[in-house]
Amino acid sequence: MAKTKVRKMLFILSKATIENVYAAFIMANGARMEGIESEIFFTFFGLEAIQKKKLEHLRVATVGNPAMHIPTMLGGLPGMEALATKMMKKEMEKLDMPPVGEFLEILSDSGCRLWACKLAVDMFHLKKEDLIDEVEDIITIGDFYARADQDNTHLLFI
Amino acid sequence: MIKTIKQVELKVNNEGYLTDFSQWTKEIGAEIAKEHEIEMTDKHWEVINWIQEKVAANEPLSIRGIKKSGVIDIKQFYALFPGGPLKVSTKIAGVPKPKSCI
Repeated sequence: MAKTKVRKMLFILSKATIENVYAAFIMANGARMEGIESEIFFTFFGLEAIQKKKLEHLRVATVGNPAMHIPTMLGGLPGMEALATKMMKKEMEKLDMPPVGEFLEILSDSGCRLWACKLAVDMFHLKKEDLIDEVEDIITIGDFYARADQDNTHLLFI
Repeated sequence: MIKTIKQVELKVNNEGYLTDFSQWTKEIGAEIAKEHEIEMTDKHWEVINWIQEKVAANEPLSIRGIKKSGVIDIKQFYALFPGGPLKVSTKIAGVPKPKSCI
């Protein structure tokens, strides 16, 4: 359907900080809005973004993040992450950016396909029931490469 | 730029969006839809009307807005306007292309 040269975007999300998760979601959703196929492979800590119990509790990284413009030691103080996250979420709401759970629904409804990484699921002792219903399946990296094996496909690691 | 549909000279931008909404008619909308291989149905028009109302009220359009619209859900929206639904539907509606990233 896409008239673009890029036919398919595949995102590998390996981190669960708000900034990484939204980067993946916005780009995956943006692809669908341009008529490009998109899929997200959640691996390692990225799995937190699709765990029912965790997805609404993701945070901004305040330590080791120079873009916060606060000294790293301050970033490590108790409550700093929660405060920065609260402020960030407020700004995002102003721009009508959906919370993580709603964003996942939008992605799924838009035809973006969501996959969980088998190795990471095993490593964290998770089950399919721990993941949101929108996750289509738990697949191996080999399965994922098979999904990438077509012309005009791009892979992005986030 | 000028684009002619049904003998009407329409002012459009380089992406083919109408720049003067007063030139829009349902007939022109249907012709633009045909260029995207869309045959308009009542449901399509319902969405187009909703988009035009939103734009007239100066409210930004986004895919999240579609979810909340009460007119259509996201799955249907993608099915009715394939190949980038907000871009395609706004072009048919004769309104500017949305600037939202979500």
